[in-house]
Order: sequence, then C-alpha cells, then structure tokens
Amino acid sequence: MKSRKIEEFVFKVFMIASLVLVLGIFAGIVIVIVLRGASSLNLAMLIQTPEGGYYLGKGGGIANAIVGSLYLAFGALLLSSLFGLPIAFALQKEYLGRRLAHMTRLSLDILWGTPSIVYGAFGFIIMVYLGLRASLLGGIIALAFLMLPIMIRSIEEVIRMTPPELKEISYAMGTTRIETTLTVVLRQALPGIMTGVLLAFGRGIGDAASILFTAGYTDYIPRSLFDPVASLPLAVFFQVATPIPEVQQRAYASALILLVIVLLISLASRLLSHRCSRYIVR
Amino acid sequence: MYWRKIKDKIAAKSMLIGVAFVNSIVFLIALGLLIKSWPILTKKSIFHLLLSSAWHPLKGEFGFYPFIVGTLEVTAIAMILAVPVCLLSAIYLSEYAHHRFRELARVIIDIMAAIPSVIYGLWGVIVVVPFVRALGKALDTPTTGYSLLAGGIILAIMVSPIIISVSLEVLRTVPVQARETALALGTTKWEAIKHVVLRSALHGIFSAIVLGFSRAFGETIAVLMIVGNVPKIPASIFDPAYPLPALLANNYGEMMSIPLYNSALLLSALILLLIVSTFNITAHLALMRIERR
Repeated sequence: MKSRKIEEFVFKVFMIASLVLVLGIFAGIVIVIVLRGASSLNLAMLIQTPEGGYYLGKGGGIANAIVGSLYLAFGALLLSSLFGLPIAFALQKEYLGRRLAHMTRLSLDILWGTPSIVYGAFGFIIMVYLGLRASLLGGIIALAFLMLPIMIRSIEEVIRMTPPELKEISYAMGTTRIETTLTVVLRQALPGIMTGVLLAFGRGIGDAASILFTAGYTDYIPRSLFDPVASLPLAVFFQVATPIPEVQQRAYASALILLVIVLLISLASRLLSHRCSRYIVR
Repeated sequence: MYWRKIKDKIAAKSMLIGVAFVNSIVFLIALGLLIKSWPILTKKSIFHLLLSSAWHPLKGEFGFYPFIVGTLEVTAIAMILAVPVCLLSAIYLSEYAHHRFRELARVIIDIMAAIPSVIYGLWGVIVVVPFVRALGKALDTPTTGYSLLAGGIILAIMVSPIIISVSLEVLRTVPVQARETALALGTTKWEAIKHVVLRSALHGIFSAIVLGFSRAFGETIAVLMIVGNVPKIPASIFDPAYPLPALLANNYGEMMSIPLYNSALLLSALILLLIVSTFNITAHLALMRIERR
C-alpha cells in the first residue's frame, strides 16, 4: 500500500519539477532578452538607418530592419491571405469530397512541418528561374509559402466548428454555396480568421531562414519590390556574430523589438478572437 | 437568378484551383530541388554522397556523412532532454493541475511556440554557450561552448512547446469515465494515469514526439548560431557539429561560383525535406486516427 503512495508522490515531484523547469526557462528567456535589449535600446536606434562605419560600432540604427520586417510580413500576409482564405473555405464538405479534403489536410500538415530553410532554398530556385535577385518580392514569396499552411489550418479548424444546422437553414432559404459561405460561415469563422492571420503574421515576421537568401540584407529602406530588404531576425543574426560590443548591443535591441512585436501579436490575437466570438452562433 | 448560379460555379472552380495548388506545392518543391540536385546525383552515387565524410567542395568532393550525423546527434540530444520533461509537464497539466492554471499554462506555451528562433539562438549565445563552457571546464573537457550539447539544449527548449501542447491535447481527449473506472477499482491517481490514461493516449503522445523530432531536425537559425559549425564528426557532446540545415544556410551565398556545389547544397535541402515529410506524415496519420475515434 505504502509503496504505491510513494510512487505517486515521487512522480508528482518530478512532474512539478519539470513544469517549473519549462516555465522557468521561458521566464529566463524573456527576462534575459528584455534586460539586455532594454539597456541597449534608445530612440536613435529606432528611427535611424545605418550610417557609415555602422558595423564597426559607429552611428545609426535599425530602422531599416524594422521597416523591412514590416514590409515583408505584411506583403506575405496579403499574398497568403489571398490564397489562404478561399482554400480554407474550400475544405468544407460542400466543395470537396472526403478523400480530397483528407489529402489536402495532409498536404497542409506536411507544409506546416517543412523547415523554413527549405522554403528559402525553393524560393531561391524560383527567383533564379524568374531572373530576380534577392529582393523584397522574393522574400515576400518565400514567407507567403511559409505562412500559407499555418493560416489555412487554423482558419479551417474554426470553420469546421460551424454548426451544420446553421448552414442548412441558410441553404433551406435557397442560397447558393458561395452565398452561405460569405454570409454565414465567414461570420462564424471570423475569430478563427483573426487568430490564423495573426499566427501566420507572427511566424512570418520572426522567421529568418526562409528570407536569408531570398530577401538579402541592406542598409536602406527599400523603395520598390525589387530592392533587397533588411529584416529584424537577420539583423539579430548578423550583428550578434561580430566581436564589436556596440554592434552586439544592436543585436540585443533588435531581438527585444522582435520579441515585443511577437508578444503584442500574440496578445492581440487573443483579444480579437475573444471579441469576435461574441457574434458567433453556437 | 441565373447570375447567382454562375457566381457560385466560378467561386467553386477557383477554390478548387487553390486546393490543387496547395496539394501540388510539396511535389513542386521536391521536384524543383530534385531537378537542381540532378547534376550531382548523375555524377556520384547517392550512397557515396550519404556515407562519405570527405567534404572538399573545391576538389569536388561532397560527403554528407558528417552533416547527417551532426543533425541526428543534435536532434537526439534534444529529444533525450525534452521528451521526459515535456511528457511529465503535460501529464501534470492534464491530470493534476487546476483548470484555470491549465488554461494559463496553455497560453504561456502558445506564446513560447511563437517566439522566433533567432531569439532562442541569441539566448543560447548569451546563456547556454557560457553554461556549457563552464560545464566542460568542470568536467575537465575544455570546450568553447559552441557545441553539440549547447545546440541540443536549445533545440530541446524550442521543441518543448510543441510536444507539451500536442500531448496535452491528446491526454485531454481521454474520456473522464476511463479514469473514473480505474479509480473505482481502487487505484491511486497515478496508477490510473499510468495504466489507463497513458495507454489510451499512446498513439497521440507518439505523434507529439514525432512532431517535435521533425521540428528539431529542420531547425536552422538557432542551431546555426550555437552549434559551432565544424564539418567533422563530433567525438563528444562538447565538440562542435555541423547539421544539414546549418550547412545550407551558411554556404548558400557563395556556392554559385563552384560547379556542383549548388547542386550538392540543394540535394541537402531535398534530403531534409524528404526526412521531415516522412515524419510529418507519420504524425499526421496517427493523429487523424485519434480524431476519428
């Protein structure tokens, strides 16, 4: 009898220790990045682009990376929503047979798990084929590939939750499939669309491997789709590798900005999906 | 009236095109990489490429063996560190924790999953690398800290949100009645978990681990920043290694000038894609079976 209780106790201790370890490490990551970043962050860094001798520790900031990252992420978001929304709607059973829907979900899961470096390499092949150099457009295309499965899968999860009765009522009134989709299902899926879009945005803005070859890096803010573009993750990646402390400071600052953006998006997605779910029929 | 039907038809057709596109992306990527890596595949046998350790791009020798070993080892270390901790955490959250705390932990774990890999990498450089260096000193094996172990630790941290959240979901799908039946037979709570809950969640936990593995296998930037990147088979966990994704990321810019180099690197991307996809398909099928239940 007693040994059974002891076994339970021992495992419980292990479990709590594990959980404390996981949460502690997470807290440690956030605290270290915030402390290091905050001590090296200043206003000039946010609004200036690099000046001459920047990589030797002279003046300038990371505005090029901040703006570049936003361009990349918003561009890719636009592109992937354009394809993602219709595909997510198409996964309803009015449009696809069970077999094809299963296969599509499998494809999406494979794409979700595909390493972003592979998207980067593939994006680069496409760019070479089209005769593009590393540019904003190339980065947007590679990132859009990365975002697409994330977005579709999370929107589709919510669309599947739509009560069938609701759709049937709509059909009983003589609507076509697309009318029901755009009036009934779209409204039901709104919280899912919010989370899906924001999740994809968060993943996209933080990804470095896919834009490493496709977007390039530059000290300037791009003026057209065909200019190379800097980005926050790559700013962290390139600047931490230098031996000069001032430049490393900027890597910490870039990391902090990136972290703040990602945390804000995460928060926003929770709030928005909560707000939007008020209008849902369950 | 007629117009509405036409609109419906057009919408359905364009959606179908989208679906066809999504289904073909995987094949397109594989095909693109295969075409680009074809030159090297015709010159050298695939076994030679995979099992040779001679990596001298300038002399035209491309042996992937050290990189494959490096990837496997760093992933293995990550899994050994992550799996027990993550499973124990998931079991606690699912079975013992108050539901409010569980929801809070879920939110935190979701946020952890959303943190970009460069940030994990940077944290690795600031915290893990010095830690490993100190550990190496204490154990009398001098190391720079940029090592297999440091890479494994960071990967373990990066995959834990996935493993915890998937196994938590799976554990929650086990019906309460199953637990209650066991408890009614006089088991302790832990015995009910061990014999009933874990047994019926086995498939799902397996796929959680597989998903974690495939994520770790393809992770690039964070590993690249801390694993040391020396193309040699590491002799101990304190030695640097050079995983496949890091190879690809590090050399892509310069490879254009050397014939076959481009081809060799894209072959490594193809290998990566095939291995990771195999794991993802396995996990997907296992999870689908649970969902159908």
